[in-house]
Amino acid sequence: MKGLKIVVLAKQVPDTRNVGKDAMKADGTVNRAALPAIFNPEDLNALEQALRLKDTIEGTTVHVLTMGPGRAAEIIREAMYRGADGGYLLSDRAFAGSDTLATSYALSCALRNLEYDLIICGRQAIDGDTAQVGPQVAEKLALPQVTYAEDIQKCDGKIVTIKRRLERGIEVVTCPMPCVVTVNGSAAPCRPRNARFVMKYKNAKGTQEAQDANEDYFALVNERPYLKLTEWSVNDIQSNPADLGLSGSPTKVKNIESVVFQAKEAKVLSGTDAELDAMMKELITNHTIG
Amino acid sequence: MANFYTDNEDLKFHLGHPLMQKIVALKERNFKDAGKCEIAPRDFEDAMDNYDRVLEIVGDICGNVLAENAESVDHEGPEVIDGRVKYAAGTQQNHDILTQAGLYGMSLPREYDGLNFPMVPYVMAAELVSRGDGGFANIWGLQDCAETIHEFASEEQKRQYLPRAAKGDTYAMDLTEPDAGSDLQSVQLKATYCEKDGKWYLNGVKRFITNGDAHISLVLARSEEGTHDGRGLSMFIYDKANGGMTVRRIENKLGIKGSPTCELVFKDAPAELVGERKLGLIKYVMSLMNGARLGVGAQSVGIAEAAYREGLKYAQERRQFGKAIIEFPAVYEMLTNMEAKLQAARSVLYETSRFVDMYKAYTHIANERALNKEEREEMKKYQKLADIFTPLLKLFSSEYANEIAYDALQIHGGSGFMKDYPIERLVRDARITNIYEGTSQLQVVAAIRGVTTGQFLKQIREEYEQTSIRPEQEYVREILKGMTGAFEAAVTKVTAVGESEYVDFHARRLVEMAGYIILGYLLLIDSQRCDRFAKSAEIFVKYGQAKVAGYAAFINDFELKDLGMYKK
Repeated sequence: MKGLKIVVLAKQVPDTRNVGKDAMKADGTVNRAALPAIFNPEDLNALEQALRLKDTIEGTTVHVLTMGPGRAAEIIREAMYRGADGGYLLSDRAFAGSDTLATSYALSCALRNLEYDLIICGRQAIDGDTAQVGPQVAEKLALPQVTYAEDIQKCDGKIVTIKRRLERGIEVVTCPMPCVVTVNGSAAPCRPRNARFVMKYKNAKGTQEAQDANEDYFALVNERPYLKLTEWSVNDIQSNPADLGLSGSPTKVKNIESVVFQAKEAKVLSGTDAELDAMMKELITNHTIG
Repeated sequence: MANFYTDNEDLKFHLGHPLMQKIVALKERNFKDAGKCEIAPRDFEDAMDNYDRVLEIVGDICGNVLAENAESVDHEGPEVIDGRVKYAAGTQQNHDILTQAGLYGMSLPREYDGLNFPMVPYVMAAELVSRGDGGFANIWGLQDCAETIHEFASEEQKRQYLPRAAKGDTYAMDLTEPDAGSDLQSVQLKATYCEKDGKWYLNGVKRFITNGDAHISLVLARSEEGTHDGRGLSMFIYDKANGGMTVRRIENKLGIKGSPTCELVFKDAPAELVGERKLGLIKYVMSLMNGARLGVGAQSVGIAEAAYREGLKYAQERRQFGKAIIEFPAVYEMLTNMEAKLQAARSVLYETSRFVDMYKAYTHIANERALNKEEREEMKKYQKLADIFTPLLKLFSSEYANEIAYDALQIHGGSGFMKDYPIERLVRDARITNIYEGTSQLQVVAAIRGVTTGQFLKQIREEYEQTSIRPEQEYVREILKGMTGAFEAAVTKVTAVGESEYVDFHARRLVEMAGYIILGYLLLIDSQRCDRFAKSAEIFVKYGQAKVAGYAAFINDFELKDLGMYKK
């Protein structure tokens, strides 16, 4: 069996897992300065599934496709530190303000530039939590899709066997390739960054990042072309401009509220059945649960 | 999302010591591989950036994987199944992740799939691993064996056994036997040369072998029939894949429970001789032991760091009599002394690592080309320093790890005695550090040479005392000078008697006096580069001053005839 060509879709997101009180600005928008930009956690699970296929099927390559500002090249480096072969950064003002529809459209246009046997991505990103981009990419490319994947168990180059984690149990399905797979957070965690890869790729830069680089970087890139990360602007993909960015995004945010939880009172229960029963009734009556 | 490297500024401080410039240039042979190898550093800054980035990976794994697994590993422990060791699940996960991260073979040359890191960042990684899980530090730290293979084995053996470190194969050093503990000259495990196939075969029993079921083991064995002392011992490489060795049992220990301590039975186990016959104990074990003692130093500092943090956290959170207990003098004094001891131990850890780095780099360069006179002298100087600082480091750091863990538990009060807090595990894990790889008493035996030959005094007077100190800290140096005078007088008094038992009796006191002065100077010198250490320098020096004065008084009032009172 010949090696697979795998593309992992990944996103740089603000780390919303450890939200402090300064996470939101007074105007209700996200305070990005207070939240470090990280590799979307479930995209790391997706990357691990791709790297496992690379471990077992000789000649397999893994590339990351990400859309974002120039600094999102960090996502590609992070993937390379873990064993990915390279990546593509889709970056242009024309993509700014994209909702899931415009994002999946731009990504699918970029994917048409690439060869692939499998497209793997995280189930959802922790900033929007929509879980729409993976499935929409599959639809736009007319590919079959497997969602909620937990483990890619087998792959013979034509058919892939996948364990899915569903609400009420697990399911093992087969799917013809190429296809899109979205991976759950319950899948195996991603492997750590590897010391050798970090030393090898630490100077890799995207086009925008390279604008601020010194001469040393360019001398080094001459020797080691892999340090130049591919960056695509809107001109590098074939697309309909009206479907990109804000104009291609039907989702309009009407209002954002910054809700601050303020527990005014506390109740201490001793844990008797009667007390728990009363508490459950109270919570159901006031619609806290149920 | 804990990161044990980035949450501790002291590490970056020690990594940035001025001598690193020279160490890195020597280790990298003036960056000659820069164009040839894509992971070779191009210059000093590039190399330091590599160390920093790689230590950040280590810190991440130690904080988020090792430390998280430590409790379950302590409860579960390893087991023996059909003569083979099975690690606790957490231990196996720790090992697999560190292998995936490429963190084995850190100090080996790149041609053997190593990272070619100097000792300083390697020892720092060992400290981080130990803070995560003191017991696991043994399994990870036994990559030291690869360093010994690198130093003494043939090129063919190096090609065969070194690259396996990076692939996740583990190592063991099989020295101890039921009747040969501290006294390794009594080793009996037999190595027989078979004329027919030109191979060596091992027969016998080894005991208390850490990670005994490793893939690759260095075995000390009696190769010269009829001999009874150290001169009949040789060193062998044993590859588990060749069969002939089984694990009879593993010990049930007080601490470092995740680290399997094995009794091994060798039955016609094929092995390869390392280096020359008869040099096993005299030369190779000494090298192995020095590496291992440095490792225990790192392990001690790592456990001490973990214990100090547990004590500090508890003291800040626990409220009694209407306030946090850290506000009581009895508690804050403990914590401040713990911090000073911790920083002093770390300072001597990296000072020793730098000495080892300097002489090791020259040793390896000497295999490639002849050293010039200046280089030879420098190699000798640092080798001597490494030889006396290694036992001093091991003595102080392991005793401090125990003291710090003990006090941290004390701060927890009754809760500390319960299994609910990690501190009880840290106390148990710390307890081995001043026993194995040579007890504290044996470290004194090794370090006393530095006292009687005047080497410690020379280093104190000619190096540390000459460092330029900020005027406002001059009084700290004055205290240290006074301590040095008292130390010198005590040494003169003890050695003048001309009785070796009398020197042995006071040896620990004399070595400790030297230690208080040296550790005090190191903190004072550190505080010239970074204000953060100024407080610890003063506190430690004053603490040492009292200790030295006490020992001086004891020695001063002690005559040769008083020995009799102590004899049992």
